Amino acid sequence: MQVSHFSAAIIFAFFASIVFGITQRTAPRDMVLYGAKCFAFFAAGTLLASWAMWVIKH
Amino acid sequence: MPQPRSKADAILAERELNSMAIIAPIAGWLIPGAGHLIQRRWIRGLLLFVSVFAMFVLGVLMEGKVYGLNGGDLLDMLGFVGDLGSGSLYFVTRMMDWGRGAIQLASADYGTKFIIVSGLLNVMSAVDAYDIAIGKKE
Repeated sequence: MQVSHFSAAIIFAFFASIVFGITQRTAPRDMVLYGAKCFAFFAAGTLLASWAMWVIKH
Repeated sequence: MPQPRSKADAILAERELNSMAIIAPIAGWLIPGAGHLIQRRWIRGLLLFVSVFAMFVLGVLMEGKVYGLNGGDLLDMLGFVGDLGSGSLYFVTRMMDWGRGAIQLASADYGTKFIIVSGLLNVMSAVDAYDIAIGKKE
């Protein structure tokens, strides 16, 4: 099975965010919000790092 | 009004709590999410199981490497510690001789990281099961 770097990063972010949300917060609502926040940060971090590498290369 | 508990009841309740504090993290380590499931946290347990299991299986399908005990260098040993966090998934994979790692594929490197991280996430969920068992978390 082969996936692109971006797909792998998004899959990683999705599952890691679920675990972070459940383990790092107590109330169910906070778990969902924290999980969503972690996912957004993972995805945004991936995009920013990608563009930073593109800028460095060019 | 609740009845005052006898000393024997209190000791019994404390023993049950202590036994759960030992059983829950071990069960959670061996089977992802089991520490939560045995404490009747059904949704959390199921989500943890799916997340850890999916990451581990995807890592193996991407032909990631599963580290053995005698890796040789320090990074391999750290990889082994991370992999070991997956509990029974790790042992089954080693027994079946899966996860040999295909170094010629870029996605195999992602797979190796998926496997390590799934182990670390499983340790986090086992610690969370312990926190629930001792009453630190609901």
